[in-house]
Amino acid sequence: MESNHLIELVNVTKEYSGEKALDNINLYIRNGEFLTLLGPSGCGKTTMLRIIAGFTMPTNGDVYLDGKRVNEVPPYKRRVNTVFQKYALFTHLNVFDNVAFGLKLKKVGKKEIQRRVESILELVNLKGYERRWIDQLSGGQQQRVAIARALVNDPEVLLLDEPLSALDKKLRKDMQVELKRMQQAVGITFVYVTHDQEEALTMSDTVVVMNEGKIQQIGTPQDIYNEPKNKFVAQFIGESNIIDGVMLQDYLVSFKGSAYQCVDTGFEPNEPVDVVIRPEDVDIVPLGSAPLTGVITDVVFMGVHYAITVNCNEFSLMVHTTDYVPVGEHVSVQILPDAIHVMKKPKTLDESEAIEATQEMKAIEEGMDAEEQ
Amino acid sequence: MVKRLANFLKHSYLGLVLLFMYAPIAILILFSFTDSRTMSKWQGWSLGAYEKLFADGAVWVAVKNSVSIALISATVATIIGTFAAIGIYSMKKRRRMVIENITQLPMVNPDLVTGISFMLLFTAIGFTSGYLRMLIAHITFNLPYVIFSVMPRLRQSSNRLYEAALDLGCTPMKALTKVVIPDIMPGIISGFILAFTLSIDDFVISWFAAEGVQNISIYVYSIARRGIPSHINALSALMFVVVAALLVIVNLRSIKQEREAEAQANKLRSK
Ligand SMILES: Nc1ncnc2c1ncn2[C@@H]1O[C@H](COP(=O)(O)OP(=O)(O)OP(=O)(O)O)[C@@H](O)[C@H]1O
Ligand SMILES: [Mg+2]
Repeated sequence: MESNHLIELVNVTKEYSGEKALDNINLYIRNGEFLTLLGPSGCGKTTMLRIIAGFTMPTNGDVYLDGKRVNEVPPYKRRVNTVFQKYALFTHLNVFDNVAFGLKLKKVGKKEIQRRVESILELVNLKGYERRWIDQLSGGQQQRVAIARALVNDPEVLLLDEPLSALDKKLRKDMQVELKRMQQAVGITFVYVTHDQEEALTMSDTVVVMNEGKIQQIGTPQDIYNEPKNKFVAQFIGESNIIDGVMLQDYLVSFKGSAYQCVDTGFEPNEPVDVVIRPEDVDIVPLGSAPLTGVITDVVFMGVHYAITVNCNEFSLMVHTTDYVPVGEHVSVQILPDAIHVMKKPKTLDESEAIEATQEMKAIEEGMDAEEQ
Repeated sequence: MVKRLANFLKHSYLGLVLLFMYAPIAILILFSFTDSRTMSKWQGWSLGAYEKLFADGAVWVAVKNSVSIALISATVATIIGTFAAIGIYSMKKRRRMVIENITQLPMVNPDLVTGISFMLLFTAIGFTSGYLRMLIAHITFNLPYVIFSVMPRLRQSSNRLYEAALDLGCTPMKALTKVVIPDIMPGIISGFILAFTLSIDDFVISWFAAEGVQNISIYVYSIARRGIPSHINALSALMFVVVAALLVIVNLRSIKQEREAEAQANKLRSK
């Protein structure tokens, strides 16, 4: 094991009454890394954090922290702190005492506690709220107290379970920048859970895309976005046109009746593949200047760009462009070789169905949460 | 006619309810200020009943027994019951349901049965100290009520709180005392109050379980067989006033706390 692997999961499986929440996970996390677990609801993100924090034991496999096997080490002996998905703040304590909780246990001096709590509260924009009770705070403020409470302990590893989900867009952006800055300044290793792909891509050094308890792809945000390994990743990260195709030979793929130059190699001749084309990689050009032609059927203004649907006889293509084109116009569509990403077909189930199913589940779960409250 | 009746009810319904509830006590307090053996006749104002009450040593022994047994039994039952509830709560689901039901069975058991079984038990093992017999009986019958009032609070309290405490460096024991117990404190307090009142109130179980020791209810029962002497009215009136005063104090305090919290929140908002 390499020395800079702070956390390592080896063949980790977690079953809940026979159902696999995590299925043979192998993952290492480097010291000082910002690693994000990204995936639809119920894919096992929280379970993975709970195993790293020590709240649950894996059914199979081993967890290493700093090179030592920690399967049986209780949470309070791990230098890991967690920002819980549901905050888990202590309602019998005020904001100050919540944040100071960990420091008091470590018998840090009173003055030092005062100083550190105040500076961390300033950092999360909650200065002046020290004496407030938790139930006098909004959801977003509670979430920030939860972040402060974990961060103030200077942990080696900080586990964050969707820590910004209750914040409005502006505050979320600010907090993203702030968290990233702190992470880099202090050099804490972050394991960050989110199902917001934009958040994952902008903040992380490494993104781990998960689905149904399995790791789909590990890579830098650029890797994940530009070279999705399979249809699931392509669909989950950003909007995509995903088209059935056949790899004729290296650098040549055919779909919807025409052959296109591409940059991919290493497939069997005539292997069926999924072709991913990002909407922003496609250009609408005057009729006749590219071989593929179609009719504009739909134009939606998205703020920065237009989302335009082009009907090209056999299939529709989603295009993002800043130039307005009216509905009904006949145009050509230019797809350059490096806009085409060819992926192997998944071997087993249709993973796009899996996405839909999990998203449905999320909706149901959220409904239930609302009822609980 | 119907309409007038409806109107009358609308304006006086609550008044009637309160009247029914408080009329007996009002009469009792009134009659504690007259010195008569029979309650059928008003004999003019007098503090004789109170004089007699304060001169009667046996009453005060009974009062002391009642209060001390209520305090001790409620405290002990609250401690044992709280830990029992936490233990039961952390069991696996099926076992938890079984044990929870078993612990709550004694609550529906008739007092008479409970009392007699204590008597049999204590006699069988030759345990003779009357005071301790009463105390043990009270602790025992209070336990299920404490568990019963702590349990819902535990269910409400999130398991994550316990985990958060561990996460921040608490050992399991510390997590319990620093986080879980404060979080379920309202349940513990209402369990204590419930236990205290049940203990003060109890007659049947005390009567059978204890021997030679009198709490207030046993004392009153033992002398009331020959008509109720007026100083018992005085005692009852005093008890009512003390309880009512406690209630008022508790309520005033919580109102004050709420106001303060609100004022603080307002101050912050206007900043
Ligand atoms: N204590 C538990 N008992 C039984 N099943 C569980 C338990 N905890 C999680 N699961 C199951 O394990 C799977 C993964 O759950 P997990 O909480 O890790 O999902 P998640 O990726 O964090 O989802 P979300 O984005 O909704 O938080 C789910 O199918 C869930 O139902
Ligand atoms: Mg989760």
